[in-house]
Order: sequence, then structure tokens, then C-alpha cells
Amino acid sequence: MPRTLFDKLWNEHVVQELDDGWVLLHIDRHLLHDLSGPPALEEVAARGLQLHDSSLAFATVDHAVASQPGRDGTTYVPGGKLWTALKSRTRAANVRMFDVGQPGQGIVHVMGPELGIVLPGLTVICGDSHTCTNGGLGALAFGVGSSESTHALATQTLRQRKPRCMRIRCDKQLNDGVTAKDLALHIIGRLGTAAGVGLAIEYAGSAVEALDIESRLTLCNLTIELGARCGLIAPDEKTIDWLRDRKFAPKGTAFEAAAKHWRTLRTDEDAAFDREEVIDATSVPPTVTWGTSPEHAISIDGTTPDPMEVEGSGRETLRAALDYMGLAPNAPIAGTPIDWVFIGSCANSRLSDLRVAAEVVKGRRVAPGVRAWVVPGSEAVKRAAEAEGLRALFERAGFEWREPGCSMCVAANGDQVPPGQRAVSTSNRNFVGRQGPGARTHLASPAVAAASAIAGHITDRRSLG
Amino acid sequence: MTPFTTVVGAAVPLLMDNVDTDVVIRIERLTALSKHELGPYAFEVLRHDADGRVNAHSPFDQAQFKQAPILLTGPNFGCGSSREGAVWALQGLGIRCVIAPSFGDIFYSNCFQNGVLPLRLPYDVVKRLAAQTSDGQEMTVDLTACTVTAPNGDALSFEVEAPRRRALLLGLDDIGMTLQQDGVIRAWQNNDRMRRPWVWSI
Repeated sequence: MPRTLFDKLWNEHVVQELDDGWVLLHIDRHLLHDLSGPPALEEVAARGLQLHDSSLAFATVDHAVASQPGRDGTTYVPGGKLWTALKSRTRAANVRMFDVGQPGQGIVHVMGPELGIVLPGLTVICGDSHTCTNGGLGALAFGVGSSESTHALATQTLRQRKPRCMRIRCDKQLNDGVTAKDLALHIIGRLGTAAGVGLAIEYAGSAVEALDIESRLTLCNLTIELGARCGLIAPDEKTIDWLRDRKFAPKGTAFEAAAKHWRTLRTDEDAAFDREEVIDATSVPPTVTWGTSPEHAISIDGTTPDPMEVEGSGRETLRAALDYMGLAPNAPIAGTPIDWVFIGSCANSRLSDLRVAAEVVKGRRVAPGVRAWVVPGSEAVKRAAEAEGLRALFERAGFEWREPGCSMCVAANGDQVPPGQRAVSTSNRNFVGRQGPGARTHLASPAVAAASAIAGHITDRRSLG
Repeated sequence: MTPFTTVVGAAVPLLMDNVDTDVVIRIERLTALSKHELGPYAFEVLRHDADGRVNAHSPFDQAQFKQAPILLTGPNFGCGSSREGAVWALQGLGIRCVIAPSFGDIFYSNCFQNGVLPLRLPYDVVKRLAAQTSDGQEMTVDLTACTVTAPNGDALSFEVEAPRRRALLLGLDDIGMTLQQDGVIRAWQNNDRMRRPWVWSI
């Protein structure tokens, strides 16, 4: 019977069939960060248990660590407690940890692929919903809560029931200046933030195959914003080349043996999906959000909605979102004045993202009254960007260059957009209060964020001349 | 884990779509507080306005819904972040059962890990229950019989996957059960080391 990529990855990890379609699923990689790592490690210890396979777990510090230049693990005082706990717990449990200032430290979904910890075909979990990012390499990766994290640390398995599977096929090619972030926001805007509940999603089609690996990570990153725990893209030669020589990737003949297997990881022709959606990539515009859910996504040339055109509870939802955002109905989104720009997060903080933003910024200045930050996704991204002159370019333009971590995406480290202020952010969530109490977030690509920083209002580079 | 059999009590209505876990509990509470201290901060962005004053429209602070063990809410409740603190915060408010048309997948799993029952019922049914319990009338959720009983006596049946229902009813712990299979897990791993050596040479 023809099988989907997801079927193949799932079946390869079934340790034991349980009742009613549940299985014990083997977990090949377990990533830990400062917020969700310590409670899970503490719970394992409190139960008098040990890690089942400590060599399969890796830790880094990203959520509650300060991003300000010259920081250490305790600069943000509440986060210092978590940093200390992660250090002592990982040491006690013999788990490798990548600490502040060390190569390898970074946002967990940036450093995992970058170091080759994540590989095609592996099951990967982390106590973080954006673990789906890793599906861009063809890994079966999904976020879990503390209890499931504890379960996996103690048993190297999870009790799971197989989700149904949806394919999103993106035909033709994205237009120039349109990125994986625009594609992701466009899909969420079209299908809605609950479209993927109970599903795993495979992204396929010519526009997806054409994406470079970092763009694939961006596309898969926003899968959870569709309601799906897991997003996937079949590995190909680009994936294999990208992984070769990474620190924890296999080497030499072991790599070739692995690559041979990875080449089999694709959906069979005629395999059936529970749901299929088709996107014409040429129809995807530069896309931004106007409201408080990622599904509030519109073309940068679009207008805010009119609640009066919607019936039922949806009307109140739209009205509340416009009110929170301080926007009028039926208003063009382009030209909306902004206070902040944040370029960073597990969606868009990789070297290619910074290059795209830098190309827009080059030779220009951040508009007066706008604060603009670049927060590289990892220590490695930071060093590479500095080496090729991106830091200097951003700083000359008036951007602030910060230290790697989640920073203002989740505002867990004190980096907040002040109440009532408006930010264009390359992150993935525009929830009420996400970037700080009362903060107003517009999600966008690095290109749109950079252009908006220069213009002082929401725009894309076409308007910069 | 506390077993879940039958819960009787008031039902607090939060009839909004896509309530995310950032709204259930803010991230800075998770960095600063332990799991048992989160209850007072559940839904704080809905319960207070920007100046910190109590929002009179929030259902959570109305007298008839104080200590309500049931939450009635809209589709895709608990979407977004995987933070299990969202469930702990609900428990801190006294909630044992959340009834919604659908749930975020990770939140849904997290509920079962903590003895909280997430129950899927159509939105029109949820709204009808909210209308009947708007003055704090009690309703019943019975996991033994798999029924919800409205204040007017109407009983509705619901479905929960059998293994999850069993674990909730008995307060079973997944880790304990899985550890009993450790021989099977280790045998699978030994086989996998031959089959996929690159997974293990790390």
C-alpha cells in the first residue's frame, strides 16, 4: 500500500502497539531549554528515576536569558534561577548543554538543526510548541508539555496515537520578494488557525521544493499556528548537502549510509491523505497580520476587516481584535505608523533571514522614533553575521544588535514592547500580550520588517524607492 | 494524579474562539512562580484592564462562577504554546473539566496528564449549556457513564478515547506503566542500533 512520508516516519518508530490505536513511539532526540527543561529534569529526579538515554538529550538556554550586549546567565534576574537550574540539572543527568557565549547556544529550534543534532527521519521532541520547525529537515518533530517531556526522559518513548495527515501542495513558484514567511502566513490566513487540529502536515509541491533549507525551517515553524503539532518536508539533496559536516551529523561512510536511507523518506505516489489543500504560489503576496491571531493575515496591500460583514461570535472576535490593535475597520494596513521592529525568533533569525533584511537596510536609516532590534538566532548565526559585516551594516542604519535567544518573541526575558506600542515582528505569534502586556504585534517577513523600520510604518521595499 | 470520576458544579462561560495558552497564563508567571502558585494569575489579561483594574465583564470574577469546576469555551481552546502551566493555572482556579468544540493538540494532551478532562461537544451545545448555567446553576460531568447532564436534566453522551478515559478514572500514571515495558524498549533500541547506526553515534 502506498504510504505517506508521515506514515513511514511513524512506523519506523513504533516500539510497541498499545490498545485502541495507541503506540509507544521511540524518541530519538530530546531538546531541553531553560523554561521547560528544569521542571522535567527535576521531576525525573524527584521520582527517583534516571534518564533512559542521556546522550540523546541536548540543552540550551534561550527563553529567559537577557539579550542585551554583555549579558550573562543572570543578567535577567528571574531567568537566572532557570539558567542555574538547567546547568546543575543537566550536569547531574549527564546531558550536553550549550551555555551562554558558547558556540551552540541559541534558540533551541535554530541550534538543533545547525549542529546536526536534528536529522531527517528522526523523532524529535522538546517542551516547546515550535519544535515543528525541525520538520523542515524531514524529521518527525513536535512539541510536548512538561509531563510528556518527563515521560520521554525516563523512558525514551511517548504514548501517542497517530494523527491524521494533511498535505499542503504549493504549486508553481513564489514571486520575487515573497518568502517562506509570507507563504506560511498566507496559508494560515486562508485555512485558519484550527485547520490542522489533530493532523500532521506535509508541505510539498514545486514552490516548497524550491525553498532553501532555512526557508523550509521557517515554513514548518508556523505549522503549530495552523493547529497542527507537526509539519514535514521530504528531505532531498539540498537537505543532505546542508547537513554534511555539521557537528553532530554522522561522518564519512556513516553519513553516506544515512543519506541513502534519507533518500527513501518521501511520500509514495498515490498515497492517500485525509485532507489535501493546494496553494498557487504565484498568488501569495507579501503578507502581514493585522489582528491578534496568526489567521488575521492579509496582503500588505490589503485592508483590515469589517466586523459588520461577519455574523455570530466571529463579529465580536474581530471587533475585539481591532480594538486591541487600535485599528479601524476597512483601513489599509500599509502606512500604519509603528514604534518597534523585531527581527529574530525561531521563525526568522537565521543567517539567510538577516541577509535578506540587511539587503533592504543597506545604505538607509531607521526612521526617527522607531526602535529596531536584530536578535540573531544563535551564537553561530551571530558570529557568522558579524564576520560578513551584517552587524556593522545594521548598526550603521540605527538597529540595535543583541545577543542570541527568544527575546521579544515571547517576552520571557524582560524584552517587551511597551503597552499600546506597535511592533512589526518576524516572530510567529501576535496573541494578546504576547510581546508584553498591551503590546500590538504585526507578524511579517524579515524583508517587510526591515522596510517598515526604514519607513516608520508598515510597508514593503517597493515603497522605499 | 487525582482520579476523575464525576464533577458537579457551576460552569464559567468564556465563549471566545482560539483562546491561546498565552492568554491562560502569561510567560513571566511561569518564570517566576511554581506550578501551585499560578491559579490567581489564570486569564489575567482578560480579568484586568491595562491599568490593572478588575474587568467587570470578565466571567471569572462574577460571584456565581467563583470556584466553578467547569469551563465552557469556544473552538481551538488552548492553541499556541505548549506550556503545561496553562493546565496548572486552570487547576489553580479550581477547574477540572473544559468543554469546547475543539482543543489545541498539545493542550489537550497536557490536560490528561494532570487529571483534567477536556471534553469535545458541538458549539451550539456548549452555548446551550452556558445559557442554562448563566446564574451559576450546577451541571454534572460523569466520566463513568460518559454523560453531561444540564441543569434542566437533559443528558448528553460524549466520547473519550478508551486508554485516556481509563487512566483518568483510575488516576493512572503513564510513566509507571511505560517503565514496565522497559525490556521491550531496550530490545527495540538494540535492534535499531544495527538498523540506523547514525542515530546512536552521537
